[in-house]
Amino acid sequence: MEFAELIKTPRVDNVVLHRPFYPAVEGTLCLTGHHLILSSRRQDDAEELWLLHSNIDSIEKRFVGSLGTIIIKCKDLRIIQLDIPGMEECLNIASSIEALSTLDSVTLMYPFFYRPMFEVVEDGWRSFLPEQEFELLSSITDEWRISCINKEFSVCPSYPPVVIVPKSIDDEALRKVAMFRHSSRFPVLSYYHKKNGMVMMRSSQPLTGTNGRRCKEDEKLINATLRAGKRGYIIDTRSLNVAQQARAKGGGFEQEAHYPQWRRIHKSIERFNILQESLIKLVEACNDQSHNMDRWLSKLEASNWLTHVKEILTAACLAAQCIDREGASVLVHGTEGTDSTLQVTSLAQIILDPRCRTIRGFESLVVREWLQAGHPFQQRCAQSAYSNSKQKWEAPVFLLFLDCVWQILRQFPCSFEFSEHFLIMLFEHAYASQFGTFLGNNENERSKLKLQQKTMSLWSWVNRPQELSKYKNPLFEANSLVIWPSVAPQSLQLWEGVFLRWNRSSKFLDEAYEEMVTLIEYNKQLKAKVNALRRKLAELETDDQMQENA
Amino acid sequence: MAASARGSRETCGGAGLPRANGGAEAGPRAVGARRGEAVTAAAMEHITTPKVENVKLLDRYTNRKATNGTLYLTATHLIYVDASAEVRKETWILHHHIATVEKLPLTTAGCPLLIHCKNFHVAHFVIGQERDCHEVYTSLLKLSQPVKPEDLYAFSYNPKMSKDNREIGWKLIDLKVDYQRMGIPNDYWEITDANKDYEVCNTYPPEIVVPRAANKATVIGSSRFRSRGRIPVLSYLYKENNAAICRCSQPLSGFSARCLEDEQMLQAIREANPGSPFMYVVDTRPKLNAMANRAAGKGYENEDNYDNIRFKFIGIENIHVMRNSLQKLLEVCETKSPSMSDFLTGLENSGWLRHIKAVMDAGVFLAKAVKDEKASVLVHCSDGWDRTAQVCSLASLLLDPFYRTFKGFMVLIEKEWIAMGHKFSHRCGHLDGDPKEVSPVFTQFIECVWQLMQQFPCTFEFNERFLLEIHDHVYSCQFGNFLGTCHKEREDLKIFEKTHSLWPFLLQKKQEFRNPLYRGFTAYKELQPNTLPFSFQFWCGMYNRFDKGMHPKQCVLDHLLSCMSQKTKLEDNASELENKLPFLDGPLTTEACSLSKMGSGSSKTPMLNTPQDYEGEPAPVLTNGSMVWDINVMSDVDQKNKENLSKHQDLRDLKDTVGVLDSEAKDASAALISSEN
Repeated sequence: MEFAELIKTPRVDNVVLHRPFYPAVEGTLCLTGHHLILSSRRQDDAEELWLLHSNIDSIEKRFVGSLGTIIIKCKDLRIIQLDIPGMEECLNIASSIEALSTLDSVTLMYPFFYRPMFEVVEDGWRSFLPEQEFELLSSITDEWRISCINKEFSVCPSYPPVVIVPKSIDDEALRKVAMFRHSSRFPVLSYYHKKNGMVMMRSSQPLTGTNGRRCKEDEKLINATLRAGKRGYIIDTRSLNVAQQARAKGGGFEQEAHYPQWRRIHKSIERFNILQESLIKLVEACNDQSHNMDRWLSKLEASNWLTHVKEILTAACLAAQCIDREGASVLVHGTEGTDSTLQVTSLAQIILDPRCRTIRGFESLVVREWLQAGHPFQQRCAQSAYSNSKQKWEAPVFLLFLDCVWQILRQFPCSFEFSEHFLIMLFEHAYASQFGTFLGNNENERSKLKLQQKTMSLWSWVNRPQELSKYKNPLFEANSLVIWPSVAPQSLQLWEGVFLRWNRSSKFLDEAYEEMVTLIEYNKQLKAKVNALRRKLAELETDDQMQENA
Repeated sequence: MAASARGSRETCGGAGLPRANGGAEAGPRAVGARRGEAVTAAAMEHITTPKVENVKLLDRYTNRKATNGTLYLTATHLIYVDASAEVRKETWILHHHIATVEKLPLTTAGCPLLIHCKNFHVAHFVIGQERDCHEVYTSLLKLSQPVKPEDLYAFSYNPKMSKDNREIGWKLIDLKVDYQRMGIPNDYWEITDANKDYEVCNTYPPEIVVPRAANKATVIGSSRFRSRGRIPVLSYLYKENNAAICRCSQPLSGFSARCLEDEQMLQAIREANPGSPFMYVVDTRPKLNAMANRAAGKGYENEDNYDNIRFKFIGIENIHVMRNSLQKLLEVCETKSPSMSDFLTGLENSGWLRHIKAVMDAGVFLAKAVKDEKASVLVHCSDGWDRTAQVCSLASLLLDPFYRTFKGFMVLIEKEWIAMGHKFSHRCGHLDGDPKEVSPVFTQFIECVWQLMQQFPCTFEFNERFLLEIHDHVYSCQFGNFLGTCHKEREDLKIFEKTHSLWPFLLQKKQEFRNPLYRGFTAYKELQPNTLPFSFQFWCGMYNRFDKGMHPKQCVLDHLLSCMSQKTKLEDNASELENKLPFLDGPLTTEACSLSKMGSGSSKTPMLNTPQDYEGEPAPVLTNGSMVWDINVMSDVDQKNKENLSKHQDLRDLKDTVGVLDSEAKDASAALISSEN
């Protein structure tokens, strides 16, 4: 086993663990291939820490005499400290953690070794298939078809094997369109708005270049989504300036001359290292408890995190508005169509489609619009806020999406079947998990890794009733309406559940949540009781009547 | 649903203000007449144009078509009736709530009139004729700030209540009972009437609590050495360990003066807490301010002159800094479509949350000194009626769960603010007076309480709306409690004979103001709030309270309140049905048992431990039907209708929101048209 080579000291006694809100614990530290484990010698086993190596973002070590201290910063933003007696032990442990938390081969990751301790009722890998999605769609409209053109991932490596496209466009045309779009990400259906038959499509940028290349099939494809005499909107998630500059590198945007029925709107959403730096600054600000009020507010402002939240939500509202209010179809893209595009299309669906606000529907949305749509999770979520590596492709794109969902949830607390805990759980699993769901960068890679055969799906675990109950929103009352969030700065807040989670005790807030659940549950039971009593009374009355009649 | 009833009309000045039912059958003037209010001649003579038609009311946050309607001026309110809406919609603005009225430059649409209210409502009217606008403008200037106290609303407000009931209302809060609750009088403390003729201090109440060891000579002597005679008196006694919070004004120490009696007074306070060898003396001002005062013969205690005191400055800024800070905050809140950066930078530059944190930190310091160090604390600022009131009342709130109940909170405000001479009249600008005396000192206290509610959602018996309602009435002058500057002045104004007390009216609406998550009186004792900067939030519900588009579109509080009333109804139903069913099957019975057990466990009886249990409704004082705010228990039929109702509600809200998507999204249609490059 290769891991053994990386673990020079598998076990150290008398290690002291410091973590937020708990008293320090002394115990034995063990390293396994995938976990860092601390267990105290107390009989009741109460104090135990199991930490996935893959959850470790960075470590620091310090020495005072022969007492070493390792500070472990996790991807879920927690910071813990281990005091390890013995310099050699400490150095060994530190280097092992460093090596084990940065394994470069995906197949060495924990999901390939994890053996579930629960009974799989429903295989999550088969819970959300594009075919099912299409079946649903074809019961409403026959204007779309399922295309298997990408069966072998031969046309577009970051697309799933099957995609939904306008019926009138054949595979041959699709092949041509793929040549005209960045990374071959031709326009596909993202969302069909039942209410008025309008659609949202997504793609990557067109490869117009400096000399204004055009592609008739591309024009035909997107025009096929328009009703006669109607216009559509193209939402470009880059500023006009950036989009224009992209032409020099062969990219570009749809020229109005070639797409006369489309209006283009530019909504600038930041990408990559700008987002990563924003996260790093925000977490730094939240963790520094020496700030006074002015410093805190100015750090919060300077991180720009909430600015990004506002920008993304604004673009999503715009897309939703075009569809629901203007009665127009929409095409969304940025450069690759794997990041800001997906933020916009998935949030617009949460605004428009009540199904996406249920647990099942939200899972399906994450599968469709993020996993199958080819958001490169492995690249984006390799490191979190404490990373020192400045890899250009790391970015908290998915976390920003979850933050935006939380903002909408906060404004419509009764319209979501799931609670904040569900979003936090997804954040954790996107960065480090025992499940294979978020491994790989696209379906192609996942298929090569044989994740379906070799790992367990997150959904298999989450969707069991006993697990699911943890994530249910007690306030939920199905709301079939479109929900328009406010994007005024006064309406947006720092997501405390993630960013202050390890910096302040949530005891009193948790108690409030429990109190709310108790009140609502008690009412439900009362209702059931009253109904049962009523039935009983009615039965007795009929019995009486029958006796009288007899 | 309560929410939709409330939402259908923007009644400014809170639910406590009298309102017309339905409105359709009676015009606003008739409403006043029906209430039988004595419309004062003084008010009427300011009204030259009682009714103006074709007035538009602009919404600050949406580009919706402006409404068109009629504006009425009554003796007490400005009322705007929206004629363009299908459902009659009225906006009521109490004259006393108006902070500023501005006439803006004439536009093609007419003459804009911008009204800023003290409860942070901003109304932007456009009046067709400039002459009308000017007349409304001059009337409002006079009506909003009367010159004579007799012209305040409280003296004409007549809720048709008997004289007896009015008097009972004033007796609802008895501070002596609160001192008894603390165990006073006891071996160390006594209630003295030394100030019965306001000889010691004319801004203190007639009865004050001082150490038993301090004799009359000490009291009088100390009063001569304290600014405005505001001697050290007890604010709160922490029974568990005898540590006390006392309050006073600054000593007239100058650079070297001292006063034996004052030193004896402090010694008496320290010795009233035998468990601690020392006491804290806390000056809530920034050190520089306190030092500057020395030049004027005032200043702070010299540690060398007083035995065993630990002197400490806590830098809370003065009323002028606070006034300017609020002004800046409101400018930020009013900015049209600010970016996130604009908003956060503006919030920072206003300094508002910094000041809130400073007040909170001071309250926490006091509570810790008393509870953890078991030391008594004497608190003062300059006069001891602004910062001192904030800090003492916050510390009490942190230490004693009683003050977190309805009754306790009323007692706290009566005790630390009203009785001890916080100059509400000046700070709130009730009358035409010096604008430099106006300052949001009480608003800051209310906000600190709200910040505590955010951190400890189960510890307060009341909810945010209760705070907003009190805040409204501090400015409304509808009730006598907050008139004048001190007890003596209120006596001179005869407010106890001529006006009504606010508290019984609030208690009557307890259902609306209760906190559904309250865990009861005994669940939590002392609170230790986190005062790191990130623990403080911007209070949108206060400063952008009337910009509904910014608030969460579904209200958890409403949801839980309706759960509470549903619960009562269901419990009644269940027991009624159980009575009808003499013979129950086994399983049902056990279910019923376990349920009723759970019910009693979660039912709240917070008042049981307090000397005055008044869980029951406050007597017949308020059985005046029109005043009662019923939350209708949702019947099964209502339940069925609810979906339709809420759908309606959401559709309406939706209209609000679409426009609120900030400038860019808000102008979506415009952008859609003009964005083609």
